[in-house]
Amino acid sequence: MSVPGSYFLVLAALLFAIGALGLLVRRNVLVMFMCIELMLNAANLTFVTFSRMLNDIGGQALVFFVLVVAAAEVVVGLGIVVAIFRRRATTTADDLHMLKG
Amino acid sequence: MLHAAYLMPLLPLAGFAVLAVAGRRLGDPWAGWLGTATVAGSFVVACITYAGLLQRTADRSFTQNLYTWIPVGGFQVKAALLIDPLSMTMALFVTGVSALIHLYSIGYMRGDPEYPKFFLYLNLFVASMLLLVLGDNLLFTFVGWEGVGVCSYWLIAFWYGRDSAASAGKKAFIYNRLADVGFLIAMFLVFDSTGTLQYHGIFAHLSSISPQARAAICLLLFAAAAGKSAQFPLFPWLADAMEGPTPVSALIHAATMVTAGVYLMCRINPILGLSHNSQLVVASVGVATAFIAATIACAQQDIKKVLAYSTVSQLGYMFLAVGTGAYMAAIFLMVAHAFFKALLFLGAGSVIHGLHDEQDLKKMGNLRKWMPLTTVTFVFGWLAIAGIPPLAGFWAKGDVLDNAYARFPGLWALGLITAALTAYYMSRLSALAFWGDDRWRAVLDKPSGGHDSHGVSSNDNVPHESPWVMALPLVILAALSLVGGALNFPWHASWTPLKWLAPVFGSRLFDAHQSSGLQWTLGIVDAVVAVIGLAVAIPLWTKRPDRPELEPAVLQRSYYLDDIYDATISKPGQALARFNATVVETKVIDGAVNGVARLARGVGGGVRRVQTGFVRQYALGIVLGAVALLAYMAARAVS
Repeated sequence: MSVPGSYFLVLAALLFAIGALGLLVRRNVLVMFMCIELMLNAANLTFVTFSRMLNDIGGQALVFFVLVVAAAEVVVGLGIVVAIFRRRATTTADDLHMLKG
Repeated sequence: MLHAAYLMPLLPLAGFAVLAVAGRRLGDPWAGWLGTATVAGSFVVACITYAGLLQRTADRSFTQNLYTWIPVGGFQVKAALLIDPLSMTMALFVTGVSALIHLYSIGYMRGDPEYPKFFLYLNLFVASMLLLVLGDNLLFTFVGWEGVGVCSYWLIAFWYGRDSAASAGKKAFIYNRLADVGFLIAMFLVFDSTGTLQYHGIFAHLSSISPQARAAICLLLFAAAAGKSAQFPLFPWLADAMEGPTPVSALIHAATMVTAGVYLMCRINPILGLSHNSQLVVASVGVATAFIAATIACAQQDIKKVLAYSTVSQLGYMFLAVGTGAYMAAIFLMVAHAFFKALLFLGAGSVIHGLHDEQDLKKMGNLRKWMPLTTVTFVFGWLAIAGIPPLAGFWAKGDVLDNAYARFPGLWALGLITAALTAYYMSRLSALAFWGDDRWRAVLDKPSGGHDSHGVSSNDNVPHESPWVMALPLVILAALSLVGGALNFPWHASWTPLKWLAPVFGSRLFDAHQSSGLQWTLGIVDAVVAVIGLAVAIPLWTKRPDRPELEPAVLQRSYYLDDIYDATISKPGQALARFNATVVETKVIDGAVNGVARLARGVGGGVRRVQTGFVRQYALGIVLGAVALLAYMAARAVS
């Protein structure tokens, strides 16, 4: 017997909501990054689930693209975080508002 | 022999090209000799072509196709030369007189820092005039027409360091451009009615031009001719054109430029012949111009200005002849005028040269003692233009007046008065310059501060005779002025060189058919009138040079025509320009540009508040946007 697809979708939705909420409420940049990863992977889970349910390999193929993009994004993002930390010794997002218009 | 015709415009054009590239290296005087040689070569080619044309007995019209210039569907314009008696007559005297003026310029322009450039323009001028004359269609003629205009601008403004010369050049150019509009619109009308611009093609389709269009074409082309040939009311530029070097004045007035308008009217004679009202307009404007210009010439002080207005006056006679339908008389006067007017201008140039650039008649006097050759040749020119028999001017002017007498007696009367005035003002000029007291001593004793010293040392304090390159053209032109009347002797059927023009005009040629008694009478009247003019002027102006009562300001200022144009056209134009500069430019154009900038800045200033710099606010915005989008889609899915 197999677990129905809707369970996976509900799980993915929960994960996405947790990620989004975390992104909004946490101030630490590193934690925000982790939340973004959580959201991305929730989306990945949705892709895979629909791929199984609809019997279409396209969804699973797309996951790989998302993984690669996520990895690249983390590299760039962590690089920025490191550079900011060296300069200002902080990882709090709200302290970094020099780019306001 | 006819196939070398293309060399006629090509030789001066080649001279122009060589001078443009290597003019400075050739320098003084070789650049001048090169320019003279090309025009003289062009004259030789013209003679050969003339001989070739004479050998033909029946159809003396030859078209030389060079190449198809503008092939656009039904609009085909060929670069082609039309060789017929009319264009050949023009080409002969244009190249001949131009060659003499070139030769004269070698001496006159000696020492000028821009010496090679002068001959460059001169060559291009002659080449343009030949294109104008030889062109086989209206558009090709127009190319020469414009070339002549632009060269006249360059040459009149040759000493552009002087403000007066620069503005005289601009004036000539603007008057000509104004008239050219008529030429362009006439071309459009012609093409619209006939579908071709070629002269023979147009004349073959005359019936497809409506009478109104015919009149419009004639009058528009006459407007163009009035600008180029300085007819009322477009003549003031020709007087100002005296700012150019004297050989340029001679070239413009005698051989090239001003004769172009008369030529154009003769060329389109089949259209003109069908529009009698236009003919009357042409004749009236012509004789009115002749009279007005002659009265102005009576009161001018500058030797060149007198000659300038006399040219305007003589051109008026030519248009009188054209309007009468006596095209051959017009051409006859044009050729004769080319001889004696070139002579008069070159003689005046010799005087000016000898007096170190003094042009004021009141500061000359008694020059016959010091410049005998110039005086003798000038006297030929003077008597010729005054209409004293048996010089060229008598026959040519008589021809015009005889025809006018037969067709428009009223205009003839005005023409006859003008003839008396012509004799009067030319005698006044000669008396002031060559007779009387040595008034020039006051000028020459002063240290010379001439703007354009031609390399003449100002040590000698007496007028001096000019070098042989300047004297030779004077002698040749004096001889031509003497015998030029033989071109069209009215009373000998056996010797009539100008009669070969008759086929060009055919039945359009007005023939007075006057009895020989009437011709004798009219001839004697002409001669008597001329002698009266002479007899009045010579004693009057030899004795005393200052007679203010005979030089009213209204004539000296040429009927205030310049002031009228200044007040009615120039001043409002300047006011409009000032309005545009101060109001339109600063308020409207700058206002629009600055307004766009201000709008961008305002919008940016408002929207910049959204960018707070807090990353989490942006994220909240994205999330709220996504939720709103989802809610919208869900709501749509449910309903």
